[in-house]
Amino acid sequence: MTFLRRNLPALACLLAGALFFAFGVARGEQFVVFTKAVNLCLECIGIG
Amino acid sequence: MGREKGNPRLWVQAGWTALTNGYLSGFAKGKIYRGPLKNYCVPGLSCYSCPGALGACPIGSLQAVLGSRNYRFAFYVLGFLMMAGAVLGRFVCGWLCPFGLVQDLLHKIPLGKKLRRLPGEKALRLLRYVVLLGLVILLPLYVVDFVGQGQPWFCKVICPAGTLTAGLPLVARNDGLREAVGWLFAWKNLVLAVLVVLSVILWRPFCRYLCPLGAVYGIFNPIAFRRFRVEERACTSCGACQRACKLDIPVWKEPNSPDCVRCGECQRACPHNALEQLGLWTKKVANDLTTQEE
Repeated sequence: MTFLRRNLPALACLLAGALFFAFGVARGEQFVVFTKAVNLCLECIGIG
Repeated sequence: MGREKGNPRLWVQAGWTALTNGYLSGFAKGKIYRGPLKNYCVPGLSCYSCPGALGACPIGSLQAVLGSRNYRFAFYVLGFLMMAGAVLGRFVCGWLCPFGLVQDLLHKIPLGKKLRRLPGEKALRLLRYVVLLGLVILLPLYVVDFVGQGQPWFCKVICPAGTLTAGLPLVARNDGLREAVGWLFAWKNLVLAVLVVLSVILWRPFCRYLCPLGAVYGIFNPIAFRRFRVEERACTSCGACQRACKLDIPVWKEPNSPDCVRCGECQRACPHNALEQLGLWTKKVANDLTTQEE
């Protein structure tokens, strides 16, 4: 069994994941992540 | 314990935790890192409000995007989770999760009778999917304020990693935060305390029952590059793998169970070397008819 055939579902997920990731970057979603991550998350701490 | 000799897992966990939570001046000053690395998610559950955190928590980030008024779908975070899941599956939980390391260390404390499972174990293990669907996806999406902003419900009502690595150190060092604590802080500390006590007698209770990140990665376990293969010609179904498994998984029947965190104890325990961990580097495996991967 070849490496490609044996890992076809994983390769498909990897490719789809890369496309999702790139599309998310193109939409600017990483700025939401960044903004949330560099400010104190009061909910995480248990205050907000 | 002898089997754990020579197992690099603890060192990898500690090294990874130090690497991804290595902003030491954050701990000293009681402040969080605000640099560009926070654009990127780390694979494990690692609160971005931990003073040492250098990256973003994927579950917190998922809720942040879904709860934002501008987006109804989180391509960026889901894409990251799909890539990490496709390559590693729940190997992330076993080797790269800081809160997994905390639970592992707690379980090494020689106190009380160690349990392999709780009553109602099977149903309890489904809870993590309820947490994922309800607290991480649906509530942030649909319970919104007047400007259309949702909240990170999992972080708010459950996440013990946030309480331990962000809440406690920040509240301890910040007078303003200390004055603001109330019932929610008490509730989150109660959740943390229950999990800490449970971790001493039961291996990884949070990963088993509550972790939404484990629920996501578990879906990828059967197909990930990093997965187990049972050599059926060598396997005698003796059950040594299940006895060695701290999650009580019948590995010889279900080598790629969504519960498995790839600690590798089963592989070390197998007297016939019938378990193999496949990875990106595994070029060729034996004849299909003699193997079982599902």
